[in-house]
Amino acid sequence: MENWLMLTLVGKDRPGIVAKISHALFDMKGNLGEASMTRLGGNFTIMLMVCVPESKTVVQEKLQQICDELELFFHLDAVEAGLHQHIEPDVRISIHGADQAGIVARATDALNKAGLNILNLESDVGGSSESPVYIMHIEGVAGKGFDAVEQALQALSRENNVVARMTPIDTMVG
Amino acid sequence: MALLNVLVYPDARLSQISQPVMEFSEDLRKFMRDLEETFRSFPGCVGIAAPQVGRFERIILVDISEKPKHVNHGFLVLINPEITFYEGSSLGREGCLSVPDYTGKVERAKFITLKALNQKGEKLEFQMSGYEARAVQHEIDHLDGKLFLDRLVSRRNALSKRAEIPTKP
Repeated sequence: MENWLMLTLVGKDRPGIVAKISHALFDMKGNLGEASMTRLGGNFTIMLMVCVPESKTVVQEKLQQICDELELFFHLDAVEAGLHQHIEPDVRISIHGADQAGIVARATDALNKAGLNILNLESDVGGSSESPVYIMHIEGVAGKGFDAVEQALQALSRENNVVARMTPIDTMVG
Repeated sequence: MALLNVLVYPDARLSQISQPVMEFSEDLRKFMRDLEETFRSFPGCVGIAAPQVGRFERIILVDISEKPKHVNHGFLVLINPEITFYEGSSLGREGCLSVPDYTGKVERAKFITLKALNQKGEKLEFQMSGYEARAVQHEIDHLDGKLFLDRLVSRRNALSKRAEIPTKP
């Protein structure tokens, strides 16, 4: 059985974080799987699957040295994981409007009740400090059909004065 | 009739450029039957190109009629296809028989004019849009040794400007 670890890492963004962390894992004969790495509010964040022959404790010790140097916080979890388990999204949702407290909670609650399983969510705050704008993109599987999602978005849009749209994803396989 | 073996990335042969069909022989007709049988053996698949099964000739099959909400021309056998006009652009999700377990966003022309020959060598011309135009562009890319992986648009920057790679080699 493969020994997958999920690495969660965060710290003040600076050049070289990805290179140094991935090199350290490579030196431990780590095999990287799927990853999400992005800059959030001046921090750099990593969620990364890695399959390593070493024990979690050894990986922990080795990463600690590098992360101390780079002033990064990290966490390792042994996880049951595997590659080649992608689920195809069948709907894409975009929501944007003036930033407001609770918009993510209300949107995701409504979508959850409408049967949406979120596979990927990216959100940003743009605009200016005086007038921040919230933008969210979601891809997921509409478990109770598109109509349920559409109705949830219409209500969300009406009640919160945001633009909320869905587009079915019809993946073309050729 | 026989099911043909589909080449899977990173097989280097998928980047080979296919040559125009010059002769409409019995051998070609037999190959076309096998290609269609192979194509039909993958439910949900809407197109296939000859180089995907290791024959480097400019032949594609496209059939999106299983997706009735999209305007389509039915089952198309397209030999030496050539897109003579492109207009507009649209972002859509693509997958490929030659790239299992991965799909991604790709920008394609929304409208195209397509010229091709049929199995008898007769000239065809189509105006296409949307899903069908996307399928044709995806398959013609195979003839030029390109995969949708070469045209992926980043998930996060789906709306930002990016360089287009040329369609012609």
